[in-house]
Amino acid sequence: MKGAAEIASAVNGRTASAVEVTRAALERLRAAEGRAHAFLQVFESEAVAAAAAVDARIAAGERLPLAGVPVAVKDNICIGPELYGGRTTCASKFLEHYESPFTATAVQRLIDAGAVIVGKTNMDEFGMGSSTEHSTFGPTRNPWDETRVPGGSSGGSAACVGAGVVPIALGSDTGGSIRQPAAHCGVVGVKPTYGRVSRLGLVAFASSLDQIGPLAGSVADAAAALEVMCGHDAGDATSARRAPLRMLADLDTPVEGLVVGVMRGVKGSANHPAVDAAVQSAADGLRAQGATVVEVELGLLEEAIAAYYIIAPAEASSNLARFDGVRFGRRAELKAGEGLEAMYCRSRGEGFGPEVKRRIMLGTHVLSSGYYEAYYATALKVRLKVREGFEAVFRGEGARPGCHVILMPATPGPAFKIGEKTTDPMAMYLEDVYTVSVNLAGLPGVVVPGGFAGEGAGRLPVGVQLVGRAFEEGALLRVGRMVERGRG
Amino acid sequence: MAEHQLTEEYVRRVAHLSRLALSDAEVAALRGEVSGVLGLFERLRGLDVSGVEGLPRDGVVDRSALADDVPGPVLGVDVLMRMAPDAQPPFIGVPKVLGDGGGA
Repeated sequence: MKGAAEIASAVNGRTASAVEVTRAALERLRAAEGRAHAFLQVFESEAVAAAAAVDARIAAGERLPLAGVPVAVKDNICIGPELYGGRTTCASKFLEHYESPFTATAVQRLIDAGAVIVGKTNMDEFGMGSSTEHSTFGPTRNPWDETRVPGGSSGGSAACVGAGVVPIALGSDTGGSIRQPAAHCGVVGVKPTYGRVSRLGLVAFASSLDQIGPLAGSVADAAAALEVMCGHDAGDATSARRAPLRMLADLDTPVEGLVVGVMRGVKGSANHPAVDAAVQSAADGLRAQGATVVEVELGLLEEAIAAYYIIAPAEASSNLARFDGVRFGRRAELKAGEGLEAMYCRSRGEGFGPEVKRRIMLGTHVLSSGYYEAYYATALKVRLKVREGFEAVFRGEGARPGCHVILMPATPGPAFKIGEKTTDPMAMYLEDVYTVSVNLAGLPGVVVPGGFAGEGAGRLPVGVQLVGRAFEEGALLRVGRMVERGRG
Repeated sequence: MAEHQLTEEYVRRVAHLSRLALSDAEVAALRGEVSGVLGLFERLRGLDVSGVEGLPRDGVVDRSALADDVPGPVLGVDVLMRMAPDAQPPFIGVPKVLGDGGGA
């Protein structure tokens, strides 16, 4: 599969048509989908029609940054009915037949830039999970080993990029949902700074943590998508008014005087040896390219997990209150004599899966009278301390210089077996130990392939994570490119 | 983590507050699972957060995002009606609230 830049160049130069590129992507999709189950909807005829419209724009003299680039979109990001039918399920029975009346800003910007949407991808229901096993439509399988999970919640997006179906897919990241599956599928995943990409049209899970971002086959492709998607949107009250990101021109220029802080792990809990080796290898590669590499510690990573699993469910229990069977989505069949409350309770009880119910229950509990101060108010303070911890590393302290980025693991280990953690929510939650703190602090993070666990045909990809200063995605992705280059 | 073991009665109360109809099997499972996660929250106990000042949005929501509080465009009533499970324009049908159908 070609990268986005190569495709766009060919389509803009009319040496390939968007229709040809789209048909080839759909063919790859059909070939991979039987094993992968990465997609919940495939836009066969719609994508070809959209591609023909791109070809017409090129013929009319336009040049488009993503001309004809096939893109997959996670099924919690709305696409309106005009081109692609509108269905947005969040992998939930509750929204199985829901049709969005509008298109998310991030997707609209991709379409305007010439991208062609080939389908909507599988995910953990409402983004709640780390394996894509919590989809009401069945799990997605890892492209490297179909007995293993692709990670989650953006597992379908990671799997279809990892399988070479599309060069770019959109995901959303509330506690690691782009970065963790990127690591497990051997692709690049970017969680932008909170406020960098509009959330309008992203079905809310935890509004103060959610961000849309790209999964891609390379840092350059991720940068190309992010450049198009970012920028202020009046439709999202948390969308930052910042100068547009222009990263592609100097993506291959190493960051001068780069200082990288390496955070190797959580004290007292061991990573898989391949994860430690990948972090070391990335650090060595950056040093070989002139970077100064210093050891850093981030306190409170374990406390951050606890704070995250208080704040995210609290926000989810509030956000998901809108799914009540009145205005949209599923309404339970009522028996004679059942009233409004039974309608709310049964519609939600029948429409939500076990993980969503678990998080709503947790959120309701931590916000309830008598527990609010002990849990929620404390978690908010921990969140501020987590942010301070990152800032201290970026600022420098004493003899240690300020770091441009932090290099750290993405996950404690490679992809686990399907079914291995579904009965143990705690084990599943601890998958996120290296990712949630980045969401709590609102910072940008990128996961880049860093190595492999095992050898030969049975090997599994392992990612490394880079965390940057707020709104400095340009520098972050340049360092990501250096890691990519360091591996050759 | 025995002190975090929630009672079945409490789980049912939280389910009601959450407006979730649960089967007996779900109540039993959630009792154990939610209790287990509450054990994770113990890590916050004893953590000194006394000096931490600020609003939750500080350091997360970029100040440049703050906008004037003015009405913006909204979806039309006809669009919203099309999404409702029981649309009876200009109303949305729900079970009877007064009389025998109450309880909300």
